[in-house]
Amino acid sequence: MAPPEAIPQAPEAAGRTASAVLEARSVSKRFPGVVALDDVTFSLRAGETHALVGENGAGKSTLIKVLTGVYRPDGGELRMTGEPVRFARPAEAQHAGISTIYQEVNLVPLMSVARNIFLGREPRNRFGLIDFARMHRETGELLDGFGVRVDPRRPLHTLGVGTQQMVALARAVSVNAQVVIMDEPTSSLEPREVETLFRVIGRLRGQGIAVLYVSHRMDELYRICDRVTVLRDGRHIHTGALADLDRMQLVSMMLGRDLSDVRRSGVTSFAAEGHEAARAPVLTATGLSSRLQLHGISVSLYAGEVLGLGGLLGSGRSETAKALSGALPLDAGELTVDGTTLKRLTPAAAIRAGISLLPEDRKAEGIVPGLSVRENIVLAAMPRLSRAGVVSRAKQDRIVDIFMERLRIKASSPEQKVGELSGGNQQKVLLARWLCLEPKVLLLDEPTRGIDVGAKAEVQSLIDDLAREGLAVLLISSDIEELIEGADRIVVLRGGAVAGELSGDDVAEDRLLEVLADHAPEPADRAPATQEDPR
Amino acid sequence: MTRTAVAPPTKGDTPRKSAGPLARLRDPAWYQTYGVYMAVAVVLLFNALFTDHFMTADNFRTQLVQVAPIVIVALGMALVIGTEGVDLSVGSTMALAAAFLPLYLGYGLVPALVVALLAGAVVGAVNGALVSLVGLQPIVATLALFVGGRGLALVMADGQLKQIVNPDLLSLGTGSVLGIPLVVWIAGVLAAAVAFLVQRTTFGRQVVAVGGNRSAAALAGLPVKRILIGVYVICGVLAALAGILATARLTASDPSSLGTLMELSAITAVVVGGTPLDGGSVRVLGTVAGALLMQLLRATLVKHDLPDSTAQIAQAAIIIAAVYVARERRSR
Repeated sequence: MAPPEAIPQAPEAAGRTASAVLEARSVSKRFPGVVALDDVTFSLRAGETHALVGENGAGKSTLIKVLTGVYRPDGGELRMTGEPVRFARPAEAQHAGISTIYQEVNLVPLMSVARNIFLGREPRNRFGLIDFARMHRETGELLDGFGVRVDPRRPLHTLGVGTQQMVALARAVSVNAQVVIMDEPTSSLEPREVETLFRVIGRLRGQGIAVLYVSHRMDELYRICDRVTVLRDGRHIHTGALADLDRMQLVSMMLGRDLSDVRRSGVTSFAAEGHEAARAPVLTATGLSSRLQLHGISVSLYAGEVLGLGGLLGSGRSETAKALSGALPLDAGELTVDGTTLKRLTPAAAIRAGISLLPEDRKAEGIVPGLSVRENIVLAAMPRLSRAGVVSRAKQDRIVDIFMERLRIKASSPEQKVGELSGGNQQKVLLARWLCLEPKVLLLDEPTRGIDVGAKAEVQSLIDDLAREGLAVLLISSDIEELIEGADRIVVLRGGAVAGELSGDDVAEDRLLEVLADHAPEPADRAPATQEDPR
Repeated sequence: MTRTAVAPPTKGDTPRKSAGPLARLRDPAWYQTYGVYMAVAVVLLFNALFTDHFMTADNFRTQLVQVAPIVIVALGMALVIGTEGVDLSVGSTMALAAAFLPLYLGYGLVPALVVALLAGAVVGAVNGALVSLVGLQPIVATLALFVGGRGLALVMADGQLKQIVNPDLLSLGTGSVLGIPLVVWIAGVLAAAVAFLVQRTTFGRQVVAVGGNRSAAALAGLPVKRILIGVYVICGVLAALAGILATARLTASDPSSLGTLMELSAITAVVVGGTPLDGGSVRVLGTVAGALLMQLLRATLVKHDLPDSTAQIAQAAIIIAAVYVARERRSR
């Protein structure tokens, strides 16, 4: 047998390939126009819990899909215990011992716990019928082993999400899994259920099963993972022991920021100087809470400023923006606009109060692809542009002309379907939809994601102009430069709560990274200035 | 940052424009929009050449009178389908309206009509509430009243067919103005009204927006639930009106068989007329043409002494063609 070859990207893994239960070697995957995975090499060892981290578009999902047989790689190979393997279908990967637990449980809700665990391989009695007694007994034993007490006869859907996930896990392990891949397993779990999950992961480790653990939650990673692999923009960045990295180093690798050469300015189209913010806030949110997503977030927005909302993926940025626009059902919290507290929190009420949200997912929540540019622009303003319920084309055309010109929307005519435009122009159409309402507060969730460089620059300088004209702007961006250079002040979120606030000279990359990584030893300004009690 | 590596591919700024008339004929979208009118023209041309006594005023009057109730129901159905929904209860709603008529004719024609139309509105409100407030799938929500509505109608009518003798009501079915039957006038005026509703009113445009992208509509502050309920109420009222007109023509209230399979005729008219089943577009004139096409097709085959089963097969072929064209367009 040839000695294992050295792998330049991951020197830690070289020479230990013998103990690797699952390996990806130089795996590449391309989609039209996108390289989702570029020469990624990494390995999973038996009995380890291995964290897989990266921001949006890093290639985590693609890598998981390659490992589980959903995608076939364009280049490179997979090996299990040293032998090359090819998975044509997810079933083949499962058969080889790779099980996946998704954040959404995919079992049969109406069947009993035991039926779900033994689905497709039910024990039979001598008449060829399902041996329920044995099935229930074995299910009980299996779940007991995980410290989960539940009646095997209960229909799955009557259990909590966490317990359902345990059942999925039990099923995965009982089919002789060697590798269990967990994709954001804790995102819909209660803290108590998370503890149970971690206990189960501990047992898996004891049984020599390798766990690939994907999560955005730093605390979890540092609690349960042995090693970590960082992906960024489809490339392998690092693999190594998690204990050797502090959070700051991990976050800067995920974001691709080297602390030694943090650039100051001039990359984006934001003006260098900040904006003159008003004294009294336009919008004050206090104690926004939504089960498992937001935990008492309070922020204030001032007219004429751009407030950045920072945080890693899954920190609650988008949820906060949704909550501020009345689109997220809240358990607690209230919104005050210009001193008036909103009675009902619905998008319509928020819009009436002058709050507009540019949602993160342009296709799913923004454009109506079959309607024209004109109708997409006036969608929210239509009642104002109508007389007695009959739309006025003249009024619409006036507004549409103004905004198509101001935002330089490139379309063959206002009647072109918005679904036919480029991403950048679609985004401008959505901006026009909100701007023509003349809002006081504009919430922008990833306004420049997925749009071309030219449109990006235009949108950035538009944001600048709007703030100068006295609009209160909330900017969410996973592009660090955009956030730093665009925002006058940054509120950083972590785990659905405010982790810190940066203002003035602290609006800088190194400071932001520190707060993101929870690195700074409790600075004095940690308590955000926005938490002045409105009562 | 090398964000370009992960950015989704963007389309060009200029849309695919069809080069000329010939290129248009290869574009499935063209057929979805105009195919139904072309098909109606082909059927008419065929009859003008090969069928005796087809292109006569009498025959057209008969065909239009027969298709009018379908058109009226299909107008409501088109609105519902435009919101990505479907209403299976329209036939039962017709029966329910028919059952109410003889019960209230004693108080005069107008009260009876109001009660019958109100019954349709209530059915629609229930459907709309189940869809928008409870969040049921439209096909399931309206299945409840598809079954229950006719049951209720039979209970109201004691399961019996009742002769209608009220001359005012009967004249609704048989009367003409300017040589055109009253029911055809009503269907025509309603088609124009629904077309206006869809094209020119805030409500109509919001219906289309809700069908095109419900999350976007909700985030834009549109009253999505009210819009959905409104659409089902309109559909219910139109179905009730169709039930009244059909009863007037039959000169009898027949809740056990009136409107059976009407939901399928209406859905067919809408789909063949080029309204996509996944919402976001309502083609009113296309729906009228779709109903007309199915009617003319059947009449043509009957006039050529082919059995009704042939007509069903031909209609099936048209439906498949319509759905195929719509699928082609979506998968682009």
